Amino acid sequence: MNSDIDSQPRAIAHQKTPRNWHQIFRKLTPYGFLSPYLIIYGVFGIFPVLFMIYLSFHLWNPVEGLGSMKFVGFENYILGLTDPTLWQTIWNTLVMAVLSGVPQHLVALPLAYFLVMMGSKARHWFTTAYFLPYITSTVAVSMIFYVMYSKDSGIINAALAFLADASWSSWIFGGLKEVLPLGWVQENGLIRYSVSFVVWWKYVGFNTVIYTAGLATINPDLYEAAKIDGASSWQRFRHISLPLLRPFIFFGVTLTIIGNMNLFDEPYVLTVGGQFAQTAGKTISNYLYQVAWEWLDMGSAAAISWILFVVIGIFTAIYFWFFGRKGLGGE
Amino acid sequence: MTYAQATFIVNLYRKIGKSIRNLLLILFGFIMIFPFLWSAILATHDRTTMFSGGIDFSFGNNLIQNYGNLLEIMDFWTGMLNSFSIAAIGTAVSLLFCSMAGYALATFRFKGRNAIFGIMVASMMIPPVLTLIPYYMVISTLGLANTHLAVWLPFTINPFGIFLIRQYVVASVPKDLLESSKLDGANELRTYWSIVLPLLRPGLATLAIVQFVFLWNNFLQPLVVLNSPEKMVITQMLRGVQGVPNTPWGAVMLGTTISILPLIALYMAASKQMIAGLTSGAIK
Repeated sequence: MNSDIDSQPRAIAHQKTPRNWHQIFRKLTPYGFLSPYLIIYGVFGIFPVLFMIYLSFHLWNPVEGLGSMKFVGFENYILGLTDPTLWQTIWNTLVMAVLSGVPQHLVALPLAYFLVMMGSKARHWFTTAYFLPYITSTVAVSMIFYVMYSKDSGIINAALAFLADASWSSWIFGGLKEVLPLGWVQENGLIRYSVSFVVWWKYVGFNTVIYTAGLATINPDLYEAAKIDGASSWQRFRHISLPLLRPFIFFGVTLTIIGNMNLFDEPYVLTVGGQFAQTAGKTISNYLYQVAWEWLDMGSAAAISWILFVVIGIFTAIYFWFFGRKGLGGE
Repeated sequence: MTYAQATFIVNLYRKIGKSIRNLLLILFGFIMIFPFLWSAILATHDRTTMFSGGIDFSFGNNLIQNYGNLLEIMDFWTGMLNSFSIAAIGTAVSLLFCSMAGYALATFRFKGRNAIFGIMVASMMIPPVLTLIPYYMVISTLGLANTHLAVWLPFTINPFGIFLIRQYVVASVPKDLLESSKLDGANELRTYWSIVLPLLRPGLATLAIVQFVFLWNNFLQPLVVLNSPEKMVITQMLRGVQGVPNTPWGAVMLGTTISILPLIALYMAASKQMIAGLTSGAIK
């Protein structure tokens, strides 16, 4: 990305002529073009981070205005670090990241592999269908799933009850009879799966498209050559597609991790803003929102943000350390 | 076994394999589409038919009453209009700001350029949730709480968009063209506006898709900032009726279905461009 930086022509500058307004104006031009970025990023990006350091040492209820700030030293940090809910929500976030993220890629990869075998028209229609959840609002789809998960009238419980009763399927689903109806979004034991399924459903198509694009970059001659050498379909997938897809897998997994660290909408809607299944379904973001806007303790929320910054930073560093260099293709 | 029998068996296996593959693809497509169909079906039912138990895939006849209920429980069209104006204005302004910054980074050499690059890359790495508190503090300090500006302005300088435009400038705006335009006496602003921007159209279209979809679907920032009902966006309103006792779910599902229709319509018209745009980070 940076290779062409030095090859760009310098704005024509005549060193011989004395400095004049015209020349100063020339020099300022790039900054003029960048000024919206610099101003907005300065105001919304840099200043608040500095302010947040200051805030994390204070007690502040935003409703009472800036004057109500009280210095409390490291108290917010100590409270945060010893807060079992914080560690619980970090754990929840990680568990749901794995529950939704791993199946996303395990399904998307073979699906993309099947898709590229199809004719271009069929492929287009399938891709369009798979990608649809990605463009729709998380809140809207979570509302739909909330209705589908409903304990007494949801389609999922109804379908399970039907399968448990029907003669042809009762040998598998019959055991469910005693536990039905299941409280998909009410019970702590189920909420992680319910949320993870929605997340999986929303993003699996996105990953499929990325892998389809990745597979399209692979030269078909490679498959032909392997076929002639007697490689089976599985071997071709394992030894040609998979290694060549590595940069795409790295990209997709990175996006999944980033997305899951920020998971907010789905659990927020499915647990109805933290009324049901709070302990196991609450993510980092949900907790931060709760501390800052429901308990109105901005100082603690700022301290929690910094703790999370460090925790997420450590995980990101570990991830890039283990997979980054390999994923980018240069060992 | 004769040769004919062997080929028959091999072909049979192949056919079975193919049908299994197709079946999987179709089943998967069904899982992806079903929730949308289901919400559309529920939008035509009322509480009694919805909660009667059993599975019923037919459309009910309660659509009009649900629509009436919908307008009763929330100011639906205000929410749609708010969402639309935020998404449209935010997208337009971000095209301007991102293209200005991308153009500057691609064409000029100046002090601090590498530093700005570094800041942009670094800011892409920070999880947005961590910036939520500072974002809110700035908004309330500037007196922007409960305004639409607060919801779209911070997203108009999307670093992804700036990089995207920079790539497009490098790839599709010839340097000679810029030189000759300067020799013709056009100033920088004019060169940018009437020579560079038209050449960037495909890049701008991609960015517009990304920004519009993001702003239309955004929930967290409006939730934090917008608190009076006449300012709320549609995602907030839909979520808001969830806690109401005896929620008329038919009406809520109708609202949900209508709220996703604009993007689905856009998607139906230009699915290829939208898929390409929204995955453009990967394919590059």
